[in-house]
Amino acid sequence: MNDVLAVVEQRDGTLRGVSYEVVSAAAELGAGLGGDAHVLGLGGPGFASVAGKLGQYGATRVRVGEHESLASYAPETHAAAVAAAVEEGEYSAVLFAGTSQGKDLAPRVAALLDVPLATDVTALDVEGGAPVAVRPVYAGKAFARVRSKASPFMASIRPNVFESEKQESDTAIEMFSPPIVAARIRVREFRAASGGEIDVSEASVVISGGRGMKDPDQWGVLEDLRDAIGDGAALGASRAVVDAGWRPHGEQVGQTGKTVSPKLYFAIGISGAIQHLAGMRTAGTIVAINKDADAPIFKVADYGIVGDLFEVVPRLAQEIRALRGG
Amino acid sequence: MCIKRVPDTEARIRVAPDGSAIDPAGAKSIVSPYDEFAVEAALRVKEAVGAGEVTVVTLGEPSSAEQLRSALAMGADRALLLTGDTGQDGLATARVLSDELADREASVLLFGVKATDDDQQQVGPMVATLLDRPCVTAVSEFAIEGTQAICHREVEGGVEIVEVDLPAVLTITKGPHEPRYASLKGIMAAKKKPFEEKAAPPTQGRIEVERLEAPPERPAGRVVGQGPEAVPELVRLLHQEAKVL
Repeated sequence: MNDVLAVVEQRDGTLRGVSYEVVSAAAELGAGLGGDAHVLGLGGPGFASVAGKLGQYGATRVRVGEHESLASYAPETHAAAVAAAVEEGEYSAVLFAGTSQGKDLAPRVAALLDVPLATDVTALDVEGGAPVAVRPVYAGKAFARVRSKASPFMASIRPNVFESEKQESDTAIEMFSPPIVAARIRVREFRAASGGEIDVSEASVVISGGRGMKDPDQWGVLEDLRDAIGDGAALGASRAVVDAGWRPHGEQVGQTGKTVSPKLYFAIGISGAIQHLAGMRTAGTIVAINKDADAPIFKVADYGIVGDLFEVVPRLAQEIRALRGG
Repeated sequence: MCIKRVPDTEARIRVAPDGSAIDPAGAKSIVSPYDEFAVEAALRVKEAVGAGEVTVVTLGEPSSAEQLRSALAMGADRALLLTGDTGQDGLATARVLSDELADREASVLLFGVKATDDDQQQVGPMVATLLDRPCVTAVSEFAIEGTQAICHREVEGGVEIVEVDLPAVLTITKGPHEPRYASLKGIMAAKKKPFEEKAAPPTQGRIEVERLEAPPERPAGRVVGQGPEAVPELVRLLHQEAKVL
């Protein structure tokens, strides 16, 4: 009854990195509530062999639903399957990833189960035997401590905020046969974006460019820095350059774009408008590169370099490659 | 389509000293920016199809009438104000809206992908689930083709082109078209457009906000140096001190 269910995410049969964070958060919340953490993984045939390793992150039970219709994300199909698993398990809390997929899925499950949902939480506690969550509002200009009067407590967690921790536990893997509801949305085609495979809201390193980049054709210097950093890095953008049509909206960081919490954030040629700062101030470490020493971005940056970004950024890529090489 | 009144995104947000609420002093209210994109999308589709009507609905305090008038001035045809408050409980909001919208035969129900105050990003897909209609989230552009909507959907790493049968619910994100400004003529015309106001059935939100807090202050940073010569020291700090490289 005090168990916590972690709903994990896969793409093309591979677990998304945030899944480990969801399982670890569930294990910690479960410990606080006096229960265990269970995992629910939905995927195509053979997914059990992939999902099984989530036991190493503190789950005592990994429940796997395999079906061709679950191989790629189909909103109604996945929502019905998750809702069935939650009802069967009598959980006290259910956690999702606060990814674009998780934010599509969790509200549907919440509505099916008639349970309210807290989106994008950045901290979880137990008080008086019940979960309490902290979540950003106004894109991080304030934080709300919230409880749910309903059971189970349902939330999505913001990527990159919760630590994922390997720990030994005896894990049982169980097959779960969910009801299969037909999908009503048909994907005709997928067009990959130039920014890279990882979404800016999930990247562990974000390299954002602003008006100081001067020209949309100059983005090569940022792409080179991203490639120097490698795995986990993604490009971001300020509202000014998205509004100017230089970069796609999917990259926009700020209150009318994405709120991000990477471990490392580069603000390059970005002055630091309030609505931009709101979207990135929960980053672990912030680096600002700007030619204007008075730019507000330097007030929130941990480290700053005042100078011409077209000289600083290529050097930075070069030094990072040297560090990696050595 | 549904919109929400929120504080201006350019505004500083101050938490009242007792943590119970946001201090509204000085913050002007606007249509939530994503809802404004949704209004624009609705008007464009109406213009492309050459028929139909755009009804704009909100659930909120009586002063939300101002935001409905803005949408009418942009070109929406009629407005419905449901007065009530559900706090941060998006499901309670979704119930009020779905009860109200169930009998209206809207072939497309639009929402902004999220409101820029609560950031819950959930009401659209919840309404769709409660009404048992298909829902496409994070749509940057869409067009009506016969009995279906063709949507460009923003997903991690790119754009999906998806099709969905109508009636459907779409949540709208920033797309290629800036929301239009209301013309003076539009503002005058808005005053004569049908405007209905009624109290929402009393609902108890089940998300309880214990308190609001200002974000933790970031410790003052330091400027490592000037120009490219400062880069080796920056990389050393990122590697050894911050341990993020």
